[in-house]
Amino acid sequence: MDTILEMRHITKTFPGVKALDDVSIQVRDGEIHALVGENGAGKSTLMKVVSGVYPHGTYDGDILFQGEKREFKNISDSESLGIIIIHQELALVPLLSIAENIYLGNEQTANGIIDWPRTFSQTEGLLAKVGLTEPPGTLVGNIGVGKQQLVEIAKALSKDVKLLILDEPTASLNEKESDALLDLLLEFKRNGITSILISHKLNEIRKVADTVTVIRDGAAVSRLDCSQEPISENRIVADMVGRDLSDRFPPRTPDIGEVIFTIRNWNVYHPQHADRQMIRNVSLEVRAGEIVGIAGLMGSGRTELAMSIFGRTYGQKISGQACLHGKEVDLGTVQKAVNCGLAYATEDRKTYGLVLDDTISRNISMANLGGVSNGFIMDDNHEQAVAEDYRRKINIKSPDVNQKTVNLSGGNQQKVVLSKWLFTDPDVLILDEPTRGIDVGAKYEIYNIINELAAQQKAIIVISSEMPELLGISDRIYVMNEGELVGEMPKADASQEAIMTMIIQSGRH
Amino acid sequence: MSTQATSVDKPQHSTASMGGFFKTHLREYGILIALVVIMGLFQFLTDGILMKPINLTNLFLQNSYIIIMALGMLMVIVCGHIDLSVGSVLGFIGALAAVMMVNYDISYPVTFIVCLMVGTLIGAAQGYWVAYYRIPAFIVTLAGMLVFKGLTLWLLNGQSVGPFPDQFQKLSTGFLPDLFPSSDFHVTSMLLGTATATLLVYFNLRTRQKQASYGSTLEPVLFFVARNALIILAILYITYLLSTYKGAPNVLILMALLISVYTFVTQRTTFGRRIYAIGGNEKAAMLSGINTQRLTFLTFANMGMLAALAGMVFAARLNMATPKAGLAFELDVIAAVFIGGASMRGGSGKIIGAVIGALIMGVMNNGMSIMGVGIDWQQVIKGLVLLAAVIFDVYNKNKAG
Repeated sequence: MDTILEMRHITKTFPGVKALDDVSIQVRDGEIHALVGENGAGKSTLMKVVSGVYPHGTYDGDILFQGEKREFKNISDSESLGIIIIHQELALVPLLSIAENIYLGNEQTANGIIDWPRTFSQTEGLLAKVGLTEPPGTLVGNIGVGKQQLVEIAKALSKDVKLLILDEPTASLNEKESDALLDLLLEFKRNGITSILISHKLNEIRKVADTVTVIRDGAAVSRLDCSQEPISENRIVADMVGRDLSDRFPPRTPDIGEVIFTIRNWNVYHPQHADRQMIRNVSLEVRAGEIVGIAGLMGSGRTELAMSIFGRTYGQKISGQACLHGKEVDLGTVQKAVNCGLAYATEDRKTYGLVLDDTISRNISMANLGGVSNGFIMDDNHEQAVAEDYRRKINIKSPDVNQKTVNLSGGNQQKVVLSKWLFTDPDVLILDEPTRGIDVGAKYEIYNIINELAAQQKAIIVISSEMPELLGISDRIYVMNEGELVGEMPKADASQEAIMTMIIQSGRH
Repeated sequence: MSTQATSVDKPQHSTASMGGFFKTHLREYGILIALVVIMGLFQFLTDGILMKPINLTNLFLQNSYIIIMALGMLMVIVCGHIDLSVGSVLGFIGALAAVMMVNYDISYPVTFIVCLMVGTLIGAAQGYWVAYYRIPAFIVTLAGMLVFKGLTLWLLNGQSVGPFPDQFQKLSTGFLPDLFPSSDFHVTSMLLGTATATLLVYFNLRTRQKQASYGSTLEPVLFFVARNALIILAILYITYLLSTYKGAPNVLILMALLISVYTFVTQRTTFGRRIYAIGGNEKAAMLSGINTQRLTFLTFANMGMLAALAGMVFAARLNMATPKAGLAFELDVIAAVFIGGASMRGGSGKIIGAVIGALIMGVMNNGMSIMGVGIDWQQVIKGLVLLAAVIFDVYNKNKAG
């Protein structure tokens, strides 16, 4: 096979940081090339260099595409050659239709006037290729994230793509959608389209990749050819983190005590559509020192359940019983829930967890201002001391606690969120996707913190879409599907297959 | 009047390098420097009239109501909202006070209290829709602006109402009584100014000591000394000038008190902290147990109260309530807050910045009027200054980010 893209000795520096340091990669024509690395390793920067987001001249090194040296000045230069990048944050306009989005900036015109019939019929063709059956006139905002991802890909196809770059395309997709997307990539491969896949998920890479390049600290550290040898996850992980992580989950000996928190017959309805029941008769319990996982597909109602419990921040017509230490409690507002000893670290830390423009210390004290004031007047020095204490204890990597959280990496942001809740001294912690979007090394640290909390006899509920993670850290797993708890299994019986079987068998149709 | 505000910003267990410190605090010093430069410029352009005691007194009287409202507006903007109705509320409350005192002979203390309460209620009513029904503040207060403009006309029957009892006028045009009425020089004002300056420096020193004991990065010594020297000099110089005329105006004392109270509330209390958190990320604040709705409601109620106070100060100064009172004042107030460094997105901005912003606008108004610049060009120049200040902000932020 020929080489379609070759990047030679790419070095890119930002003020104070060397983001890429002499990186060379080769992508063969017609392959699926996976690019893996921790967050901040430089994968996205590298792809921005290829696609012209960082124009020629702002980096050192050469780009050869289809054998010729290229000097892209902007994205349209690279797009005209068929290099299309799909970013992690989708670039679709929610209030425009699928067809309008696909041809945005590339409108199908006749004499300067948009030819709608042609636009729509071409869109239909493209949608068929990616396996979407939605009418082209559907508003993008009305379809799910998984389908939006497919619309992005259809948009790429409309531009006669030769090299498709996908930046963590499955980050917000559920397993089924992810599989469909990966199958699509395999089909593109048969049609001669080359793909570069940036991903954190090693199982996906194993499924589709022909070649894997591992990037670490701005340098390409290894290149694995999957046709030569089967890919070992441990090998990739070891290359990513630069050390051998023989065990991705820290060891722990559970010390499980009394039941602390129970939910009985919990029912919740959709906040806008009062007749749509989102959570149906959920009952669960957590013990002191126990880590309980909640597994389920995206949209199975896990976050909705957690938020409806935590201060009724989701849904309406909530009914059911919540008991702490055997006594029924009112969790009607966030303040009440916090006072009862509940904490909920949200799924999306940037939108729901942090004030990004505020410092680490201000974020840590936010849920317990009473703890750093006399009730009304703040004690700034105490606040600093508290934050400093957490910074050291749970290893928030930052020179001091007065850095804005917006400048921290995902893993460190998550540690700030955890610190915020630890400072409220909760008995029950609900952690919603505690390691989403953070790299392997930081994940290990988060698991350590979770284990430490369990050792302190706190009751912990972990919601996660990554099944290996749930299997790795939980003592017991509840399986949720379509708003109901469809099963429960102790760690000993749990496996990905068992969980998936439970979900599939519970389908109410 | 400065700044517990600069307290803990960039500690690293040492004193920061001067260049670095200046860069990170460019905005805070920048606005102060801008004020000094603008004052110097107009002092020169007006042949020294700007800093004449009588003009200085006027300057404070003319801008008192803008500054008073800027205190509330800062909190509303920090909270992530806006209040367009304050000019109309100011006019309405002035009219209400006039009608109560002049037409119905109600005593001024009762009028004063009733007006404050009505203002608070107006703010609360608007805040209710914003906070609990999530109606955009822009719309709610735009409606309020029209409603209270109309009610002012109705209340006054389209005519001006006045004059007011002497005691009420004193609110705005009165001066601090001199306890030593012997000389031409207003000794009490001078003493009060000296005491204020001393107290401020004492607080600054104490804050610095606390920071040092915790181990934060300290403001470079030179900056600290220079800043404090500037504060002392400015306060002493201004009170000296005022003392050679009639002394400190009552309204200046009122403003100084309000500024200290609101600086304290925004910077040092849990209430203030929560408002910044709401403006920074309302959802995160709500999920951290902060009662975002009630606090939003309260900031609007507070804004209404301050608009009412400003309304009475304004009416007392004119000794008359007019149907046109308060016209477009909201724009000056909002401009002051943004010149003072608050962010349109909410979550940042300081009381002292808003006050300096208002003073910059005030000095420009006053200076240009003395120079005989027409109202047309005054507007153009003020508009450009507002734009420049915000561009400067955004440029700085982009460079930092």
